[in-house]
Amino acid sequence: MSRSRQRWLGPVMLLPAIVYVLALVGVPFILAFFYAVGDVKVGSTAYHFVGLQNFRSVLENPTFRRALRNSFVFTIISQALVMVGGNILALTLKDAFRGRRLFRFLILLPWVAPVSIGSIGWKWILDSLYSVINWVLVSLHLVKPLDVPMWLGQPTLAMISVILVHTWHVLPFTTVILLAGWTSIPRDIPEAAAVDGAGYFRTLFQITLPMLLPIINVALLFGVIFTFTDMTVIYILTRGGPYDTTQVLPSLAFFTGILGSDLAEGAAISLFLVPLLGVVAWLMLRTAHRAEVT
Amino acid sequence: MAVVETRGLTKTFKRGQVGAVQNVDLESREGEFLVLLGPSGSGKTTLLRMIAGLEEPTSGEIRIGGVVVNDMTPRERRIAMVFQSYALYPHLTVLGNIVFPLKAQGMPKADREKRAEWATGLLGIGHLMGRKPRELSGGERQRVALARAIVREPSVFLLDEPLSNLDAKLRASAREELEQFQRRVGTTMIYVTHDQIEAMAMGDRVVVMNLGKVRQIGTPAEVYDDPADTFVATFLGSPPMNLVESGPSVVVGFRPEHFRPAGTSTPGGRPLRLKFRCDHEEYLGAERILYGLIEGGPFDGKKVVARLASTYGERFLAGSASDFEVAEKDLKFFDREKGTRTDRVALT
Repeated sequence: MSRSRQRWLGPVMLLPAIVYVLALVGVPFILAFFYAVGDVKVGSTAYHFVGLQNFRSVLENPTFRRALRNSFVFTIISQALVMVGGNILALTLKDAFRGRRLFRFLILLPWVAPVSIGSIGWKWILDSLYSVINWVLVSLHLVKPLDVPMWLGQPTLAMISVILVHTWHVLPFTTVILLAGWTSIPRDIPEAAAVDGAGYFRTLFQITLPMLLPIINVALLFGVIFTFTDMTVIYILTRGGPYDTTQVLPSLAFFTGILGSDLAEGAAISLFLVPLLGVVAWLMLRTAHRAEVT
Repeated sequence: MAVVETRGLTKTFKRGQVGAVQNVDLESREGEFLVLLGPSGSGKTTLLRMIAGLEEPTSGEIRIGGVVVNDMTPRERRIAMVFQSYALYPHLTVLGNIVFPLKAQGMPKADREKRAEWATGLLGIGHLMGRKPRELSGGERQRVALARAIVREPSVFLLDEPLSNLDAKLRASAREELEQFQRRVGTTMIYVTHDQIEAMAMGDRVVVMNLGKVRQIGTPAEVYDDPADTFVATFLGSPPMNLVESGPSVVVGFRPEHFRPAGTSTPGGRPLRLKFRCDHEEYLGAERILYGLIEGGPFDGKKVVARLASTYGERFLAGSASDFEVAEKDLKFFDREKGTRTDRVALT
């Protein structure tokens, strides 16, 4: 192959990716900046620069502050659950046992199945009238038929519900990443620890988990981004309700900007995610760079 | 210090029998350097792992210091093991690696550091304490692994091919160091290798294994000079022992270095005279290896190898035929079918 051909082939191969990122991420991102400092509404072509007024009004809005807090609660709790659960699952799936393939497939299902379908299933499971959970609770005489928990209707229960359903959805992905990490630890290492007199937990907490830390970091950062920017589960299960108590930043931006047709304020809300996600992305690139197990 | 014994130790695997162990009876001696030698898949590593408690025997018994340890965890057996890969903990420093077994014992910090100092001093790696394993050379890693093993004064040392990851030059010096180390600490060592030179050089006794079975146990001289069967005869020695069939039931064996020009073999008895036609010669510096055929007599047309010191004056050109001989005591007789040793028979 000639040298000149090599010179243009590389850029040409990269072009689709660049165009895609610019058109679908870059342009909307820049538009969001413009909208956030203007007075754009759906159905109007007028644009006036209003400075930071959108941000000011957003900050004064109690719903926004609630959503900001919820975003952190949602992300931190679900990621904590995912990390513990993912490591337990990965440790279980690492060793050979009867039916491991089937089990691995089942574990992966919540991730590969469309999240909307899964969430609609959960909507029924948690429904106020037809909830299968409540039916079981009533049958076991744990709750009275007329005093069943409203899984999606009471603020705390609704938050717990969306966190658990989101955890259910993200868990497989994290498990797969962690499983790859666990299988990359040479068998010799835990064996050496066993010979050195370490028990199960000492080996886990002093040898294998620390060795896995770079991988855990990558999984955690991915999980944080997936969770912080996601609104599917909330949109389908509660639509941010009851009374905006399960609203998170992405869902609030969507409800305000698209459904509430206040594009400017919606853009301002979504831009609050940028600094945080910037830090996470920077950490992620730094960790991924060092991610090697041995 | 303790004696390791196995009685009828057997391990079978569901998938294939590579590495399986069949009915092994073994008894180490106090402070002995015992080498398990065999080709890959002979079960030597499996045997070692069963002694360590990393592999569960299918049947049979393991005793350490007279106590049956079958149901004990590796930690309760008070053994130390050096792995082929060294299995150093990559995220810990050299010091962290070495004190880990002591931490697991619950030893106080001050004592731990004193012992680590002693162990690293013994192996000459005191200056590496703060480094991570990936910053060390192969030889240094091997020493750290040894230090981690010795630091808690185990009753038995198990080593799984600890020199195989070193380059050839380093291996020779590491071998010597390891020998001295064993002599100094005086702990029973069980050492697995596929390298006969290591086995011969270091072992007080050598256990030759093949296909899961012990073929012979003896001092290096015993297994080399008096092989129990044709496997041991050909596995040890490079080039291996010449084996030529003699009649329907007997195989005669003699070492290449015992196949010598007429008149130069060890005196005593009546040597076996053979006509040797040299085919080609390999010059290896200190010695020459001659490949050729026997002409005439009962072994007519059999391929044999002779090994002569380079200092031997006479040269044997390719295609030339000369008189060679083997001293009577250097001839070994094997059963042709079973491969085991049989009585001496008269050769004509």
